[in-house]
Amino acid sequence: MIALTINGTEHQLDVEPDTPLLWAIRENAGLTGTKYGCGIAQCGACTVLVDGAAMRSCSVQVGDVAGKQVSTIEGLAIEGKLHKVQQAWVDNDVPQCGYCQSGMIMAVAALLQDKPTPTDADIDEAITNICRCGTFQQVREAIHAAAKA
Amino acid sequence: MTYMPHLSRRSFIIGAAAAGGGLAIGFDLPLGGPAVVRAADGAPEVNAWVVVRPDDTVVVRIARSEMGQGTLTGLAQLVAEELECDWSKVTTEYPTPGQNAARKRVWGDFSTGGSRGIRSSQDYVRKGGAAARLMLVQAAANDWKVPVAECSVSRGVITHTPSGRTTTYGKVAEAAAKLEAPRDVALKDPKDWTIAGKSLKRLDTVDKTTGKMVYGIDVKLPGMLNAAIKACPVVGGKLKSYDEASIAGAKGVKKVVKVGDDAVAVVADTWWHAKSALDALKIEWDEGENAKVSSETIDKWLAEGLDNAQPAFVGNQNGDVKAALANAARKVEAVYNYPYQNHATMEPMNATALFTGDRCEVWTGTQNGEAAFTMTVKESGLAAEQCDVHKLMLGGGFGRRGNSDFVRQAVAIAKQMPGTPVKLVWSREEDMTQGRYHPITQCKMTGAFDADNNLTALHVRISGQSILVYQRPEALIKGMDPATFAGLAPSGDAAIGYSVPNLLVEHAMRNPHLPPGFWRGVNINQNAIYLECFMDELAHATRQDPLEFRRKLMAEHPRHLAVLNAVAEKIGWSTPPAKGIYRGIAQHMGYASYVAAAVEISVSEGSKIKVHRMVAATDPGYAVNPAQIERQVAGSFVYGLSALFYGGITVKDGRVEQQNFDTYNSMRIAEMPKVESIVMPSGGFWGGVGEPTICVAAPAVLNAFFAATGKRIRSVPLKDQNVSFA
Ligand code: FES
Ligand code: FES
Repeated sequence: MIALTINGTEHQLDVEPDTPLLWAIRENAGLTGTKYGCGIAQCGACTVLVDGAAMRSCSVQVGDVAGKQVSTIEGLAIEGKLHKVQQAWVDNDVPQCGYCQSGMIMAVAALLQDKPTPTDADIDEAITNICRCGTFQQVREAIHAAAKA
Repeated sequence: MTYMPHLSRRSFIIGAAAAGGGLAIGFDLPLGGPAVVRAADGAPEVNAWVVVRPDDTVVVRIARSEMGQGTLTGLAQLVAEELECDWSKVTTEYPTPGQNAARKRVWGDFSTGGSRGIRSSQDYVRKGGAAARLMLVQAAANDWKVPVAECSVSRGVITHTPSGRTTTYGKVAEAAAKLEAPRDVALKDPKDWTIAGKSLKRLDTVDKTTGKMVYGIDVKLPGMLNAAIKACPVVGGKLKSYDEASIAGAKGVKKVVKVGDDAVAVVADTWWHAKSALDALKIEWDEGENAKVSSETIDKWLAEGLDNAQPAFVGNQNGDVKAALANAARKVEAVYNYPYQNHATMEPMNATALFTGDRCEVWTGTQNGEAAFTMTVKESGLAAEQCDVHKLMLGGGFGRRGNSDFVRQAVAIAKQMPGTPVKLVWSREEDMTQGRYHPITQCKMTGAFDADNNLTALHVRISGQSILVYQRPEALIKGMDPATFAGLAPSGDAAIGYSVPNLLVEHAMRNPHLPPGFWRGVNINQNAIYLECFMDELAHATRQDPLEFRRKLMAEHPRHLAVLNAVAEKIGWSTPPAKGIYRGIAQHMGYASYVAAAVEISVSEGSKIKVHRMVAATDPGYAVNPAQIERQVAGSFVYGLSALFYGGITVKDGRVEQQNFDTYNSMRIAEMPKVESIVMPSGGFWGGVGEPTICVAAPAVLNAFFAATGKRIRSVPLKDQNVSFA
């Protein structure tokens, strides 16, 4: 049993400590908003926040984050009100298939915590998620919009 | 929106019984009286496309699959336009392929590929909306006992003009559903559109930002188990044996099963347990003859096909190329090649199946619900009435999910565990190595000039793989694959945009063992590189401006020329670029749309490319949602440039070498240029949008690279030419 706080709720997960956090979140905690894309820290689809820092959950063992605060896409909106990044995503009609966007949004949420008004260069450096649909143009616009919100 | 419309069993049976044969799509229910088909919540179908709820919500049925390209919103716009309903009250749902089969294909074709989601269903879905409008207004007129001509409708509110009385669609839907469908319906002139043709927001966005959207990989069913699979890494090879003892005691494992004759799957409580056990499982393969194949042997075989003495299919021919080449004042020749590419959809292939002995249901993201359904019926061994497929959101398709191989596997696994739903998810590695790859080709281009530098002949000789031989053999024409000539054909949806007095385009077909598939843009990807880079070579060889050189050959192709001119003007072709900036240009036609691109790049250290600007023009005839078209253009450039810079699937010992995104990389935001889209619908035809523009990105960049460096790159991917993003 591993104790994990996900989106403020404590979970007791019956899972081996070397299970990737991604699969513990998806299969044991049942939160499927966090996506599997590569399993090797390349694509960012699985990005979550661990104690506020963006992490690629496919490459973090659940045992290593026991007792820490994990935030997933499901926990971003507060009482039904979208987080400003989500709102900017909606306003700018960012998602195409949308599969990469949970990870993209979590990575951007972390970026805006560190740098509330990121430059294009900051974005280029911090946002390294893959989007096969190619939504980058709208992602960039929406990041700037969220920074202004 | 709902992804699984639950037509109640009872109403469904009534609907099926009421369906007559041979009626036009969407109009299977002309019967009045009690034969009203109802949606799960009891709301009546006005016709197969339109359900109206008492609260005035309009549910538009969508037969094609949404995979990010926006077809769901675009099709709903077209129906809503003719229906004259309130757009803010529109929602959508997918009918299931089983329902379509039971109702004699009332929703027509489900297949979603070839950029045809909108262009080949626009006519009947618009008629569906228009017919529903006529029935709803008629129902109001009947109720008021007034002539229908005295009634008008706007945003779902019907008004009897002389008396000023009003009612709404929600109030008359019951009565409308009992009316006979009108036989002739007139459609609006697109000039009068108020919902279609507008850059409305997509209908499916919010759930994609909150984690609520359910993709195939997210399906949860009571008692469900999870499966991980490995097929023979050498395509064509067989599963010889596996040693179950090698994973004895592995956590969570419920069963190890053979899948077909070439794969093995581990079924466990969680997918992570299944995958971990599968990785540890000792498996022996019978790899067969294909294990001798490598990229080198394929390249050599294809190169032989470039020899004019080898047999070839002729896809386009005019004049006498042989004679013109013999009489040329000057000849230019170059050999190009384009590799295998994998789709690498963000969401790996997956399908969930439940087999109970007398019923088989599948949940999956598919581009072709009907093909998935047919596969389910076949693999389950049950009758069509005992099967159905529930379509879920696709985490990308790009052509890959038009195949149903993963559905076949899921059903084969479920059949071995009756009563238990099993979700099969491919690892990224399985997805990378068991693809339906963009086919490999080489191309020898030969051009001839007269003494005045006029192009007198062009010979395009393609050697390589046919997609249709594998995917749709019934579409071959006496063995020839017409799709191979996309953008090089004499006429039609993919016509060449140049008039050359002597032209020969031919294909020496050679089909290596990797299974090919339709990959976003399909054969225009390489054909546009071959043609448009070579046009650039011909221009430079005779010291002509690449734009002017093209224009001289395009007088008879005004629509090709118009998009080319549009990008040239916007990029400022007639004025020199800033210092250190170089330009390239390209045009092509595909999926009945005309597209062009002009780019500005800089190159550092002789090989590091920064793409600063990409201007794209597209003429799709009609533009149903310009903002979504712009997104498709920009997205297609990311897909196309990822393939150009990072792509390329290679073969060693019969196996695909690339395993994951570390060796099959994809563009990131830092590499994304600013894309400026010109959407210029000229009317009179319906072209596709999701694919066409992809093909002009790569040649425009390669031509700019030549302008910058004097180096002509004829081989993709650039990573193998030591050229990279800056
Ligand atoms: S799934 Fe974790 S980075 Fe791709
Ligand atoms: S929106 Fe489809 S992968 Fe990013």
